Amino acid sequence: MKVKGRSKKVGNRLSFRLVKDNISRKIMIVCTSIIFLLFISFVVLLVLKSNLVISKYSIKELLFSSFWEPENHKYGFFSATFGTFIVTVFSMIMAIPISILAAVYIAEYSPNKLRRYLSSFIDVLAGIPSVVFGLCMLLGFVPIFSVLLKKWFQIETTGMCLFTASITLTVMVFPIIVSLTVESLRALPVELREISLSLGSTKWQMIKKTLFKAAGPGIISAILLGFGRALGETMAVAMVIGSKNNIPTSLFASGQTLPSLIISSFGEMMSVPEEQSALIFVALTLFVLVTVSNIIAKVVNNKLKKRWRY
Amino acid sequence: MRYLEEKIVKILMICSILAVLGSLLFILFITISRGWISINENPGIIFTTPGPRYLLGGEGGFFHAIAGSLYMVVPSTIISLILACLIALFLQSEYSSKRISEIIRLFIDILWGTPSIIYGLFVLTILISFHRRGCLLAGIVALIFLELPIITRYVDESISSTPKELKEIAYSMGLTRVEVSKIILKYSSSGIIAGSLIGLGRAFGDAASIIFTTGAASTMPKGLLSSCTALPVVIFQQANSFYPSVRDHAYAAAFILIIIILILSITSRLLQKKFSKYTVGD
Amino acid sequence: MQENNGIVIRNLNIYYKNNSKNDFTALHNINLDIPKNQITAIMGPSGSGKTTLLKSLNRLHSINNGVKVNGQVIIDGEDIYHPMHLLPELRRKVGLISQKPIPLPTSIYENVAYGPKIHNRLNRKESDAIVEKTLKKVNLWEEVKERLNQPAADLSVGQQQRLSIARAISINPDILLCDEITSALDPISSEKVEHLLLSLKEEYTIVLVSHMLRQVKRLGDYVIFLYMGKVIEQGNMGELFNSPRNKITQQYIKGVIS
Repeated sequence: MKVKGRSKKVGNRLSFRLVKDNISRKIMIVCTSIIFLLFISFVVLLVLKSNLVISKYSIKELLFSSFWEPENHKYGFFSATFGTFIVTVFSMIMAIPISILAAVYIAEYSPNKLRRYLSSFIDVLAGIPSVVFGLCMLLGFVPIFSVLLKKWFQIETTGMCLFTASITLTVMVFPIIVSLTVESLRALPVELREISLSLGSTKWQMIKKTLFKAAGPGIISAILLGFGRALGETMAVAMVIGSKNNIPTSLFASGQTLPSLIISSFGEMMSVPEEQSALIFVALTLFVLVTVSNIIAKVVNNKLKKRWRY
Repeated sequence: MRYLEEKIVKILMICSILAVLGSLLFILFITISRGWISINENPGIIFTTPGPRYLLGGEGGFFHAIAGSLYMVVPSTIISLILACLIALFLQSEYSSKRISEIIRLFIDILWGTPSIIYGLFVLTILISFHRRGCLLAGIVALIFLELPIITRYVDESISSTPKELKEIAYSMGLTRVEVSKIILKYSSSGIIAGSLIGLGRAFGDAASIIFTTGAASTMPKGLLSSCTALPVVIFQQANSFYPSVRDHAYAAAFILIIIILILSITSRLLQKKFSKYTVGD
Repeated sequence: MQENNGIVIRNLNIYYKNNSKNDFTALHNINLDIPKNQITAIMGPSGSGKTTLLKSLNRLHSINNGVKVNGQVIIDGEDIYHPMHLLPELRRKVGLISQKPIPLPTSIYENVAYGPKIHNRLNRKESDAIVEKTLKKVNLWEEVKERLNQPAADLSVGQQQRLSIARAISINPDILLCDEITSALDPISSEKVEHLLLSLKEEYTIVLVSHMLRQVKRLGDYVIFLYMGKVIEQGNMGELFNSPRNKITQQYIKGVIS
């Protein structure tokens, strides 16, 4: 059958609208490619700028030596990497069980009204800036803590130590993990609970065996989000960790994390190109760490989602 | 046996929730009470700019930081909101293929997860290569970096959750893609507003991205290329001071900051309610 | 067949691209002639491709990724799948009313005036006239004339659905596609909507998807029976219901398969 393909005449108004449509699409493409370009230039710049220090010293020396003495041209920041690791892991060990239990209480045990208040309260608290956490821990917790340590364990510290930093991070990630976990638990269908309970399990068994599995991807991504936040947190940690560039001997010794190293060396950084480059290499390391953990999180989340299909 | 387990778990839960609430209330209580005391003693510090020896216990207040925060946060939020809407619309199926959208979303997630200090350093290295000192404009740029992925994610999520039928009826009236996009933006306005207020709050509270880039001035910001400072930066500097009076100022600044954040999150809730009246409720 | 000014469908195939290798074929080789100014009812069990067929008539599935179409759909002597065809122009002629009433996020007035304002430059007086005329056509004017500026989401579901119809006919389409438009409504509202459709068929060609046999009997002039993506039988309502030729159609009408 022979037919025409196109309307005979396009009205003025319609063609004007189509032009507008086309232009707006082009603007969108430009904006989106700006993001791409920024991201690429971002990585390229970090790599280029850290090239100076990499070409002078071996990467191995930079990553695994723990002498950060810019005045003697030594830029090993292993102590900071180690400190980051310890502080993050320790804070996650404390934060995960506490916040998941608290989230279960809010989502499953508390009455409706209380639940609404609690979760909106915690949502609001998720927005507290990290400097405020740092400030309160530094001026409210550190002095008391150092006195207590001295009294009970005869440990002499200033109170500015890895432990305080971990506690600060723990408190900071509470709202993140709790609110996301509550959200993913509440998103589960009621039937799921009913089925499990009608088989005669106790409430906790139901939560443990059914809900945790069904909400698994959500809970894990909540944890990983908290982990990422703890890994990259700068200000609060820099305020309470004491900023000493040596391998910490105990949890109650001062230390350094990658971000706090950048902050505390900032003053000198503008003047000496070599140190500037070394610090940018530190930032690059941090960026790689965080990005790799983010990508792992995404992959794990996708896998779990496929497996459990909720 | 299993009833015992139930009981133990319940006790543990209550302990955990007390720990969570207790620690957060501790932070809130300390900031608000100490900040209130310090402001009550000397309300002038909010409205005066610092004197010459301010960080050494000298005269003055931190009004320059409040102004600096506002000058940086408001423009950067507006710019990132506009960019975020355009990008989120581009991610819809009419404009790009599924593959491309997925890649872009991955990039946005990576940018979201990047610690803000790295943005700060990035902008700083650009500044250095242009032989410039920190300035208001650089601070705005750093904050756009910080906010753009956050707001884009929220806008994208709320656009994607508009009902498919809305798009269908809009298209079946013979609208072009932009015209449909406008309707969709309006329909998801409550989510968009919530997202941009969250971005706004993050930008207000973030020190790491602007501590390098604004030049930490102790004067009022004068123009786009003059140095300035922001509330969280000032708190960071004051908290490390040896002078108790300066540390008290840190509490006062933290008090102001927390009040701003609380107001923002409460308005976001109220606005969401107001804007959701045009959409079909559940 | 050319004098038929309705919709002519020739050799239409529609595939959905799955993530796996083989595509899912939603519609096989459809050939249909939909008559003008009548109500054509498409019936069939769920999953038989009714909605896909309906939406292929104004190319709505092109807003989703991964749909492949070949064949011809001819409206007004023009192949709407021709690459040069302008979608907004097509969709102005072919309106859709969806299953769930979705008001645009504005007032009642703006919901009706939105389409006309986009397609033509109108002053206040003209758009007032269109709104009043259209709302009267769907018997909604008396109910809402006092509160035209309130959010459309405040209306009841039945009123919202009639508003959707008003919105669809406000731009004077030639064809109205109705996708199970009563399934979200209570019986009384459904009845009102059905009456409305019967009164509208003098002006518009209506294509209706329904899985309710009784509704098809009440409304349909011409009936198409779809099963597993194929047209099993088509014909005038009386013929098809009283003397179905195909076995599957017989079974469906008796309620053996659903």
